[in-house]
Amino acid sequence: MLTLRKNLIGIVAIIAAIVVFIVPFLFIVTTAMKTRLEASLLEFTWPQQFAFFENLAEVIAARDFMLITAFINSTVLTVVSVTLMVIFSAMVGWVLQRRQSRWNGFINFMVLAGLIIPPAVVPTIWVLQGLELFGTLPGLILIEVAYGLSFCVLLFRAFIATIPRELDEAATIDGAGPIRLFFTVVMPLLKSVIVTVIVVQAVFVFNDFQNPLYFLPGDENATVQLTLYNFQSQFNTQWNLLFTNILLITIPPLIMYIFFQKQIVAGLTSGAVKG
Amino acid sequence: MATTLERPAGTAPPTARERASQRAKRRNSQYPMWFYIPAAVLFMVLFIVPTIASFYFSLTRWTLFDVEFIGFDNFLQFFDEPMLIQGFTNTFIYGFVTSGLKVVLGLLLAVLLTGQIIGRTFLRSVIFFPVLVSTIGVGITFRVLMDPFDGLINTALASVGIEGPAWLTDPAWALLSVAFVDVWKGVGLAALIYIAGIVAIPQEYFEAAKVDGASAWNNFWHITLPLVRPATVTVIILSLIGGLRSFDLIWAMTRGGPGFTSDVIASVIFKQYQAGFYGLSSAGNVVLFLIVTAIIVPLFWALNRKQVDQ
Repeated sequence: MLTLRKNLIGIVAIIAAIVVFIVPFLFIVTTAMKTRLEASLLEFTWPQQFAFFENLAEVIAARDFMLITAFINSTVLTVVSVTLMVIFSAMVGWVLQRRQSRWNGFINFMVLAGLIIPPAVVPTIWVLQGLELFGTLPGLILIEVAYGLSFCVLLFRAFIATIPRELDEAATIDGAGPIRLFFTVVMPLLKSVIVTVIVVQAVFVFNDFQNPLYFLPGDENATVQLTLYNFQSQFNTQWNLLFTNILLITIPPLIMYIFFQKQIVAGLTSGAVKG
Repeated sequence: MATTLERPAGTAPPTARERASQRAKRRNSQYPMWFYIPAAVLFMVLFIVPTIASFYFSLTRWTLFDVEFIGFDNFLQFFDEPMLIQGFTNTFIYGFVTSGLKVVLGLLLAVLLTGQIIGRTFLRSVIFFPVLVSTIGVGITFRVLMDPFDGLINTALASVGIEGPAWLTDPAWALLSVAFVDVWKGVGLAALIYIAGIVAIPQEYFEAAKVDGASAWNNFWHITLPLVRPATVTVIILSLIGGLRSFDLIWAMTRGGPGFTSDVIASVIFKQYQAGFYGLSSAGNVVLFLIVTAIIVPLFWALNRKQVDQ
């Protein structure tokens, strides 16, 4: 009797979750497969006429293959900024956890400041212009790194605390300098947290909209999130194309999620609890 | 330090103090300060300097061409123009509504998903996935779903005899509609944090309660709820940090409209920037900075004190 009731709750919960959380995604998929006319009805139905590949070709070709450029831009942005983030913040996290100095308090304060304070947009543009980096991909990469550092440092510091110091000392006695110690001894030990940081930050940077909007204007520089924004006015009545685009940019996070669900969840909840 | 325990006994050093200072020196050279430099330079130049500069620029009339010091005029204007005040109050409404709903619904889902129900893992994956999806994509999708006449939500409501509101086009509902979508997207993270908190509660409490004949409600109210308080604080802090500076979703769904009814400070900052009022835009940043720190710092302090207590 009790198990029956519990199963009933489970079934009701599953149905509710499907309706609330899955229907919007099914709606994206079905709309992306419809013809323009059918999509304009905004109905949640299976497509009468299957037009997915036509839509795909049209979206990719739109505005001089802007989507292809955007995918390249987003990939470069994500790969380079996440790489720099991982290396720089692992270095900080390691020294911060291991070495007691009078800077520790200040650095911890800065890490928290980086998590809490909303970035000042226009003055940042002013600084970037001074460095001649405004509107360039390298400029945006450095911005993403600067904004992502705090979160990564927290994850690294927490993980490094679980690695025994003896390992560092043994390597030093064997004659390793700090650089060799860090890159050949410490970094391999951090593998699991590095995977977490890479996956979480890759999804964040890939999905970022506000920073590319401010710091990398212009069609030729568009990232994938901005293509959606740019197509919005152009495709105002062509929902099939807009939703094909949404579908395309949802695929990379979905793949990440399927392969790295455990790491993503661990990163977001542990970072949160430690925060 | 635990390291002293593992030392080989062969090399008897002169005094304990000398040994300690030698080791400290060697230890420090293992961990060079210059490891901070790459991160510190980026963080200072691209984050701290602009933040400090925003305080100065907020006191200026700043256009593409020149900067003129005008004192607190920007702030006076900020709290004088109805559209800017609306953005100010909306920021609070949005932040508190989203974080309140995430706490309540996240806890509810977490309790459900830690119970003995079928399809638990599947459900966890499903509610968490929206966290990872593009905010702009979610915004556009829900703009269509919330269409007052043809949208799926109102058609579904109509089929059970409820007349849904006009959502994004109704000034009274626009901001709340966006907030609901924000909750839809973010509640999975809140639920996961709560699940981690609930799983960490020692089973002995529930066993003892069972012996005393406690009901499920008693378990929840007297055991789960007090013991997941750290998770609650985390969820509140995270969703407030996100909610108070929220921009992407609002911009994708309403662009602050209809009128200025769903504007928040972050969208005001962008609009003033687009219009070329850089000083006013920076003033908006300073106001946002002050709001966020005034709300989050005390919460953070409470959380850290809790951790020390443990």
